[in-house]
Amino acid sequence: MSAASQDVATRNSIFARAIIYVVLILFAIYYLLPLYVMVVNSLKPLDEIRQGNMLALPQQWTIAPWLSAWSTAQIGVQPVGLKPYFINSMLMVVPAVAISTMLGALNGYVLTKWRFKGDSIVFGMMLLACFIPFQIVLIPSARILGLTGLAGTITGLVLIHAIYGLGFTTLFFRNYYEAFPTELIRAAQIDGASFFQIFRRILLPSSGPIIVVTVIWQFTNIWNDFLFGSSFSGFNSIPLTVALNNLVNSSTGVKEYNVHFAGAILAALPTLIVYIVSGRYFVRGLMAGAVKG
Amino acid sequence: MRKFLMSTAAVAALFAAPMPMAHAEDSVEVLHWWTSGGEAAALDVLKKNLESQGVTWKDMPVAGGGGEAAMTALRARVTAGDPPTAVQALGFDITDWANQGVVGDLGEVADKEGWDKVVPAALQNFAKHDGKWIAAPVNVHSTNWVWISKKALDAAGGKAPETWDELVAVLDKMQANGITPLGHGGQAWQDATIFDAVVLSLGTDFYKSSMIDLDPAALGGDKMVEAFDRMAKLKSYVDKDFSGRDWNLASAMVIEGKAGMQMMGDWAKGEFLKAGQKPGTDFVCIRFPGTQGAVTFNSDMFMMFKVGDDKKKAQMQMAADIEDPAFQSSFNVVKGSVPARTDVPDTAFDDCGKKGIKDLAEASTGGKLFGSMAHGYAAPAAVKNALYDVVTRHFNGEIDSKAAAKALVEAVAAAKG
Amino acid sequence: MADITTTAPRAVTNPRATLQDLLPKLVLAPSFAVILIFVYGFIIFTAFLSFSGSKLLPDFSTWVGFGNYVRLFNHPNWITALKNLAIFSVLYIVVCSFIGLALAIFLDQKIRGEGFLRPIYLYPMALSFIVTGVAWKWFLDPGIGLEHVMQSWGWESFSFRWIKEGQMAIYTIVIAAVWQSSGFVMAMFLAGLRGVDNEIIKAAQIDGASTLTIYRRIIIPLMRPVFLSAFVVLAHLAIKSYDLVVAMTDGGPGTATWTPALFMQKFTFGRNEMGMGAASAIIMMMMIFTIIVPYLYSELGGKKK
Repeated sequence: MSAASQDVATRNSIFARAIIYVVLILFAIYYLLPLYVMVVNSLKPLDEIRQGNMLALPQQWTIAPWLSAWSTAQIGVQPVGLKPYFINSMLMVVPAVAISTMLGALNGYVLTKWRFKGDSIVFGMMLLACFIPFQIVLIPSARILGLTGLAGTITGLVLIHAIYGLGFTTLFFRNYYEAFPTELIRAAQIDGASFFQIFRRILLPSSGPIIVVTVIWQFTNIWNDFLFGSSFSGFNSIPLTVALNNLVNSSTGVKEYNVHFAGAILAALPTLIVYIVSGRYFVRGLMAGAVKG
Repeated sequence: MRKFLMSTAAVAALFAAPMPMAHAEDSVEVLHWWTSGGEAAALDVLKKNLESQGVTWKDMPVAGGGGEAAMTALRARVTAGDPPTAVQALGFDITDWANQGVVGDLGEVADKEGWDKVVPAALQNFAKHDGKWIAAPVNVHSTNWVWISKKALDAAGGKAPETWDELVAVLDKMQANGITPLGHGGQAWQDATIFDAVVLSLGTDFYKSSMIDLDPAALGGDKMVEAFDRMAKLKSYVDKDFSGRDWNLASAMVIEGKAGMQMMGDWAKGEFLKAGQKPGTDFVCIRFPGTQGAVTFNSDMFMMFKVGDDKKKAQMQMAADIEDPAFQSSFNVVKGSVPARTDVPDTAFDDCGKKGIKDLAEASTGGKLFGSMAHGYAAPAAVKNALYDVVTRHFNGEIDSKAAAKALVEAVAAAKG
Repeated sequence: MADITTTAPRAVTNPRATLQDLLPKLVLAPSFAVILIFVYGFIIFTAFLSFSGSKLLPDFSTWVGFGNYVRLFNHPNWITALKNLAIFSVLYIVVCSFIGLALAIFLDQKIRGEGFLRPIYLYPMALSFIVTGVAWKWFLDPGIGLEHVMQSWGWESFSFRWIKEGQMAIYTIVIAAVWQSSGFVMAMFLAGLRGVDNEIIKAAQIDGASTLTIYRRIIIPLMRPVFLSAFVVLAHLAIKSYDLVVAMTDGGPGTATWTPALFMQKFTFGRNEMGMGAASAIIMMMMIFTIIVPYLYSELGGKKK
């Protein structure tokens, strides 16, 4: 993976490089600012926040807001913090990501290596599904979940998230497999390998980068979803975003901003970790095909 | 070792918790948006009461947008054919749901406990539908309050204003004293909350004909232009950063003496108390000048949905517990509102709470208790929000008073259609 | 690229082969079927709703024809929302693409600490706006945020109060939205840059082309597919922009920052005007389709031999 365009770089003057570094660092500050605001204020007592200077470091450091957000803040009538809701979100996100990624891979495989008449139209229609505003599917989806007895269950949430993720996962895999040499597939076919054998033995082993991209994308979207989570969950399947929203959105109660910020960072930790850990693979995966259209 | 024992106990508790304590079928699922801080803790009292009677509380909190997110979730639940047992709801939303034929009937418990006699008639208009009880009111918030910093008031002459002119005089003095006279958050519902009080200050008849009856003559008349002029006058007393501010940050301005007063419903009191302030010594609560004797209200109710016979008993139990005078007292002391029953003793309440209870009873018997437009008790959601649009556009200087009165007539007509 | 379908037809008489023929379609069928129902079925359902007088819940007993659409385009908030969408989407897409490309090119200059900077640029995409919106709101608030800090540092005349001004507030939404997505666009461009063929650049260098010329004439034109992908992703985010508006201004000051997505949500669920909400959704869908379909057509049509 020798970066081709980097070869241009070697000819830059020192002055130009200095400017480049300054710009990059300025942008890093721009991206970090809101996180800084959140972290700094999550470590202050509420009185200090009320006094106003939100960019200042705490005069009196405290981790109480973090402890409160984690385990004692009021979420609905129970003072349990965000802790119990992590498991609900995990139970929802992991299967939904797995199912939509798997189906996306199979769809991409069929759409590129087993082309049939009208495959472009099928793909186009699946792709357009990415762009539907979720608010309009709320009521009819609720009806279908009700009819199938899945209303208020984690299974129902998994199903809905998997369905509305299909468009993007199919897009990612289809673009990735498009570039995969078809000759290899044909050779395997002549050798008598079956549909699934070819997929498992030839395509899947080289699908690492695109799987990373798809999983990151799906994980982030599903983890952060609020609309479906609040509408389709039952009392025992409330996901973390809904709990976080309940923590920060009180109607007529006192707003503990420090706890809110601490809770927000806690709730974002899984996605942040996914981004930071797999960030390098993310670019590699995008490179390997996802951006090609 | 001790740690191990403790964590074992914790795990055991974790597994024990979801086990049905009493009969499996005795449970209520409650959709509400009291999800944080004091209000959620206050609701926990109800949960504990029910549990002591063997009814399990299944909590379904969805906060956001003053109940908008909860109402969105409710649509999904009803469409799925799986409505919660009880849902926190406001005003015309209750009527709208009742018209869909999906609500239950609390007649049995209401008759037994004589709700007809103790709940103000203005509340019954919403809690009853076609003569049947469908919702259990928890509290009454009144929205035409003004919260004044005692220190700022003393510096401005010390006398709480009783008329519009006196109010303007006090605000002017506060401005001269170098503070922001009016602490306010520029969000549509906050603008509309002040608008409620301003309209009411121009006469209870005017409030009724314009806000409740939606009479186009009143909505677009000279008096409405005057109401908008008063709004513009009040706008001149807010600081330049008011837009988008949360109401509690506006309260904080008054608490810290940066602002002189705030015009807000009685829930603002909680902010003052939480900051260690005492009514009478640190802050003063008065009715919006010119609205003495009248009250615009906003009442939180639990609307009961049609459920299977197996859940009826628990539903009735919950309704009975909500109207229990002891619960009404303890809940409302925490929440800052006053009980929905008029026969609850006021002993546990502070001065502002006592005044609120007295005002409510007087306004109710005197026919001066009106639903708040800003909070969905004067007109259905479509009309309420159409009014929000006009009031907030005017308050932000996008249109003048005459244009606002005209726009109000058009917007209300369009929303009704 | 040779397709499997162009290979010789298999023996149809062999039942196993027939199954193998059908298998790919069978695998694809469930996904396609649920998409047909859950996307296209529901769009048709919404289209029906938009002609009905539905208020609280779907209600197909009263029909109002194009009444909802007429009311929609006479509603000042919808007009504001459309204007805002135009301002927002143009700025958002242009600025995100520009920053994304610039950062990608800069990061591609054998930068020390790239592995450290990249996640910083990317992470905003991972956060939900439920609370980062609050952080932005504070930061932009002149009373406690940037203006206050600058003034307390001695720059008395510093003024930055767009979020409080009806005319300017929409631009603060752009700032926060760019913050959220430009890192992602950067990643797409970076991937594109790393995929550029070395030989082309070497050849240009031998010809004596300057760095600037190489980028302007050779590398950036090669990024065309990335621009297109970025455009599609950003356009759909722009049209669906809802969370960040709610968190930052909730449509204010006044009604200055309403967007179509906010309009749809508020009318359908807040104002019990489901028919009108559906009408606004249909208009939104039509806008999305006019952007995406030509793109799809060129992409899919172009690749077919």
